Amino acid sequence: MKHRHLLGLKDYPAEDIQSIIDMAFTFKEVLERPIKKVPSLNGKTIVNLFFENSTRTRISFELAQKRLSADTVNFSASTSSLKKGETFKDTAQNLEAMKIDAVVMRHPTPGAPLHLTKYIDAIIINAGDGTHEHPTQAILDMTSLHEKFGYLKGLKVAIIGDISHSRVALSNIYGLKTMGAEITLCGPATLIPPFVEDLGVNVNYNVDEVIDWADALNVLRIQRERMGGGLLPSIREYRNLFGITTERLSQHNKELVIMHPGPMNRGVEIDSSVADSDQAIILNQVLNGVASRMAILYLLLGGKSDKGKD
Amino acid sequence: MDFSKLKRQVILKGGKILDPIKNTIKKSDLLLENGKIKALGKINSNKSTYLMDCKGLIITHGFCDLHAHFREPGREDKETLESGSMAALAGGFTRVCVMPNTNPPMDSPEVIRYIVDRSEECPIYIHPIGAITKGQKGNELTEMGTMLSEGAVAFSDDGLPVTNSAMMRNALEYGTMFDVPIINHAEDLCLKQDAVMHEGKVSTHLGLPSSPDLTESNMVHRDLSLTDLTGGRLHVPHVSSSKSLDHIRIAKRNNDKVTAEVTPHHLFFTDDDLQKFDTNLKVAPPIRTMSDQKALIKALKDGILDCIATDHAPHTIEEKEGTFDLAPFGMIGLESCFGAVNKVLVKENNLNQLNLIQMLTTRPRKIMGFNNNLLDIGVNAELTIIDPNEEWIFSRTDIRSKSYNSPFIGQNMYGRVKYTICKGYISVI
Repeated sequence: MKHRHLLGLKDYPAEDIQSIIDMAFTFKEVLERPIKKVPSLNGKTIVNLFFENSTRTRISFELAQKRLSADTVNFSASTSSLKKGETFKDTAQNLEAMKIDAVVMRHPTPGAPLHLTKYIDAIIINAGDGTHEHPTQAILDMTSLHEKFGYLKGLKVAIIGDISHSRVALSNIYGLKTMGAEITLCGPATLIPPFVEDLGVNVNYNVDEVIDWADALNVLRIQRERMGGGLLPSIREYRNLFGITTERLSQHNKELVIMHPGPMNRGVEIDSSVADSDQAIILNQVLNGVASRMAILYLLLGGKSDKGKD
Repeated sequence: MDFSKLKRQVILKGGKILDPIKNTIKKSDLLLENGKIKALGKINSNKSTYLMDCKGLIITHGFCDLHAHFREPGREDKETLESGSMAALAGGFTRVCVMPNTNPPMDSPEVIRYIVDRSEECPIYIHPIGAITKGQKGNELTEMGTMLSEGAVAFSDDGLPVTNSAMMRNALEYGTMFDVPIINHAEDLCLKQDAVMHEGKVSTHLGLPSSPDLTESNMVHRDLSLTDLTGGRLHVPHVSSSKSLDHIRIAKRNNDKVTAEVTPHHLFFTDDDLQKFDTNLKVAPPIRTMSDQKALIKALKDGILDCIATDHAPHTIEEKEGTFDLAPFGMIGLESCFGAVNKVLVKENNLNQLNLIQMLTTRPRKIMGFNNNLLDIGVNAELTIIDPNEEWIFSRTDIRSKSYNSPFIGQNMYGRVKYTICKGYISVI
């Protein structure tokens, strides 16, 4: 692996992404066994440092760590306690003092994982930094797409929803572009970041055109807090324009893979009937999430002495 | 940096004197006696004179900064008038205007008097800029007339823009009685929201909240229009965007009461430098694109921008080593100013050295109405001596400020301040 940490997928080498995906398939096979545990990271200590609430990502990481026989510690700190006085630096140095091997961190501020590398020597894995990146989510999405289609190069992926506030979108864009996929972003103009075409993606506000074009739709969560705040008028309006509804899909006579990083707002960005249909691979994404995170942990912390540099 | 009292008689020997008023650079010695300029020309030494070798160096007016934060009173842990003075001397500045965002703010004649009195003890000249509105709250005008008579030289609510257009109009109108510069930090806070950087390709890459250049230029345009309406005097601080320059360019065609400054960091860095999330580059207005940077350099050459001002803004390391959202806006800038702007403007963009010196000396002094005849016989020496060609790397040890929040650390510099003479003292870098 070229990089010692996994901070983001920007400038992350294609061969390393491919190695992770290949390894994820190996671990997925392990997860199908009656005994789902391997001794690969026996003796390694990993801290899950979550400055922001998370259920699925944290559990997914924790499971991945346990399946690999690593020792794990969970640390949930609300950022309000940081605002009260304890600095990020103190938290980081406390962890360092306890001799740990890796930190999986979620933080509300873009750049926080890079910041952490300045203070501690452990391997850092970004589990989401604000509206910046969420590389492990993008890798599990790519693993799921690869599993479904058998290839990523030339695959047409549409990302639909709130792109501006989405770390999932940005990491998916970086990763999928590196792997040679084509990307179209679709969502309200107020939720598409400016200059996003610079990342080599298309933007189309017409969701029906996008459905006609795409091989797969990655449907993002629309946070209810965004409604009525000047960015979006209402749920009704959003559903009319961008909702992935059964009715809309039935008007397009094509096979389409539906993804969602969760948590879903059923009835807002996606209909229950779509989310639960055969074309949705949403629960498979969840399983691939554990396998992909096992692959990432194994490749970054595993026995290989191939020490990359950042 | 070595700082000491000037000897009674000092000859600056073998250097060139750059006179930014007469537009000349010529070889000349300079004799100082009791801290005053006694003679120019060829001067022979005798036993009682102290000789300073200035071969290869340029002697010129002490630099003047229109925009600095010395944090006193209120945040003496970040900077004091003394520590700010030492930072100024290290950067070749002998005269500094300090912004009113202190605690309490400089919004009354009493606080202005306090700054003026405290400055008497400092080794440089410090001039307070009074607040436009009481408590910098944007609601009530301060006692400008009385504050001026206590020593204020201009008015600004500093980092807090005067959002209310009627209040800005009143300030400019009231200011016409005194022909005093009104300085408004131009950022439309509604458009800015929680932005921490310029909205562009880089902000999209980084996922940081951002705001577009219009955030600045909209308010600059409003202020310029109000200046036209009222006949007031407007000084636009730290211009950062090409769009603002377009408005200033047009306004200057028929209004000689408009002036504008630019900071070294907006000339030196671009938003691309934020890729490493260095909180020291978090400033307001934000560092913008390379095309804005080029426009700023051109505008300086064309005279659309009048002068360079540092916006020296000390913050504690504890505040700056937090995450990007929590870190305060601002960087220090006095010590690194000359090496940075000389590199960008003279070395890389072929600006005449003399012009650059004017942007640091005569132009800012003219805006504030300060004495500009600094090379006359008999004046108190306020001189800066530079090596225009020294290549060096700015480091932590070059900093005299109490704070060291500087992204210039580790950067290559071109040209260096060697000595600064002011109030009968000399600092040797």
